Amino acid sequence: MKPARVVWALVVLLVIAHQDVWFWDDDRLVFGFLPITLAYHAGISVAAAGTWYLATLFCWPLDETQTPAAAEEQP
Amino acid sequence: MTQLLIICGYLGLLLLLGIGASRLFRGTSQDYMLASHSIGPFLLLMSIFGTTMTAFALVGSTGESFKEGVGVYGMLASSSGIIHSLCFFLLGVKVWKLGKAHGYRTQIQFFRDRLESRWIGLLLFPVLVGLVIPYLLIGVMASGTVINKVTAGRIEQGKVVGGTFAEGTFPAFLERGSNPKAPAAPPSFLYGSQGGVPKPLASLAICGIVLIYVFLGGMRGTAWANTFQTLVFMVLGVVTFVVIAWRLGGQETFWASLQAASAAIPREKLTRMHLPPEQFLTYMFVPLSVGMFPHLFQHWLTARSAATFKLPVVAHPLFIAIVWVPCVLIGAWATSDLITIPPPVAANPNAVLPFLVKKLAGPVLGGFLTAGILAAIMSSLDSQFLCLGTMFTEDIVQPLRGRNRLSDRQELLVARLFIIAIVAVTYGLSLLEPRRVFTLGVWCFSGFSSLFPLILAALYWPRLTKAGAYACVLAAAGSWLWLFTASDFAGRPNFTVDIPVPTAFDADGAWQLMPVAAMIGISTLAVTVVSLLTKPPSHVTLRRFFPSGAD
Repeated sequence: MKPARVVWALVVLLVIAHQDVWFWDDDRLVFGFLPITLAYHAGISVAAAGTWYLATLFCWPLDETQTPAAAEEQP
Repeated sequence: MTQLLIICGYLGLLLLLGIGASRLFRGTSQDYMLASHSIGPFLLLMSIFGTTMTAFALVGSTGESFKEGVGVYGMLASSSGIIHSLCFFLLGVKVWKLGKAHGYRTQIQFFRDRLESRWIGLLLFPVLVGLVIPYLLIGVMASGTVINKVTAGRIEQGKVVGGTFAEGTFPAFLERGSNPKAPAAPPSFLYGSQGGVPKPLASLAICGIVLIYVFLGGMRGTAWANTFQTLVFMVLGVVTFVVIAWRLGGQETFWASLQAASAAIPREKLTRMHLPPEQFLTYMFVPLSVGMFPHLFQHWLTARSAATFKLPVVAHPLFIAIVWVPCVLIGAWATSDLITIPPPVAANPNAVLPFLVKKLAGPVLGGFLTAGILAAIMSSLDSQFLCLGTMFTEDIVQPLRGRNRLSDRQELLVARLFIIAIVAVTYGLSLLEPRRVFTLGVWCFSGFSSLFPLILAALYWPRLTKAGAYACVLAAAGSWLWLFTASDFAGRPNFTVDIPVPTAFDADGAWQLMPVAAMIGISTLAVTVVSLLTKPPSHVTLRRFFPSGAD
């Protein structure tokens, strides 16, 4: 599978993982202070940063060598 | 008085920053509005993040967590980490490329070319401004509340004690307020400013300061101020969290205090037992709003190169977590029996964070923490002010008068006068009955989200037509107005659109969806059906916007 497809699959996975119905009524505290639903979703934020890092590596939408010339600046 | 002096010192520092930026101002409207496309990765990250994280992120998230529990993080923060970066990635980079190639300064200029419609601005402009106003309102309202709460006194035996100002310092209409439980009773100091800076005066001062540094520094000053303020509110946000945790938990170590504070959170605030899963799911549509924020569009255009976007795309979700996790925890702690939240504060969730800062931090630290909260508020107001002026001159005045009929100096003057007019309207609205910052924010973002199909289709669907775009805007605006009215103008915080379903699917017999889901459905349907039924764009336009697929 091409790396770009893996990245987009990860984005879809993030959206699915975001719907954490399995923690809906769970009131446990992680490390004794962090509600489990909050800890889980903070983890989603970190996973999102990782996924987007991969996206910048493998499916960046613009080739830097094709950067357009700027339109003329007004005086 | 100490808090007030620190706040004034901070505001003075911002003015100096605006003056500093104005010395680098090149004198052109291009520089004023887009900083001559010179913004690098770090400044872009900080300015985009500072712009999107407004009073909503600090004051709103704390207040909403206080009311609804820690599930608020999943409702909007973690979903924003996914969706915001997706929008920067899919839309921002492409918009930057087209903007640089064709010299766009605003969204409407892009849509005008893409849709071959000179007058799209006359429809889109009032809709965008109409949606920016509630966004501004969030900041204006919250800044007044925050400054008032941290400078106000406490109430002991029916009297105000320890306020910054004695009764009679300000005119009665500024100092006195009505008792929400007895609106017919005469207004009193006890229900008004309570010895703090009156809210209307505080909001006015914040508007004035932001206007001055935006006028002095333009986009460059705004980007600098955003960066500075984002650093301030992130650092002070963490400090606020540590101080509140330690004082509230009351243990010897910070770790033990954290655990003691969280152990006292009531169970209902630790779970999402009152939130239907389908409502949680449809909250995910709300962050799509960043795709259509006009001020963010303008920030995207300031980037030096496409690669400049990489840092914001990656770091944005992490920054959201750094700001939101502490705020959500603080809001949940405030529901515990470790602290008594007075009924007037509990009735106004916007006041929960400033109340805790006032109560648990000393005057000096409290002053700095308040400056941090104000930094978050002002770092959004400035971009919005600047963008409104740019849109008015570029999208309304210039097309009506014909190109090049306004000099640069005249253009700047018109932009500034329009900004002042909109700020005056917003300020007037802020004096009316307050709404929950979170609820108002969600409505505002939902309106922008309902326009998301338009920008997505404009960039990725060659078949989008002028008529399809008009239909999309009308459908989005119409459905927003209809549902916003039905929600009593954000007066019903838990308003949902209920879709009847068999009880086999949902025991309640209905799916409770966020209004944004209905709005996006309606606008998507409108843009798709009308575009397919009308004449496609010309080959010239298709070659310009879709060079690889036009032939």
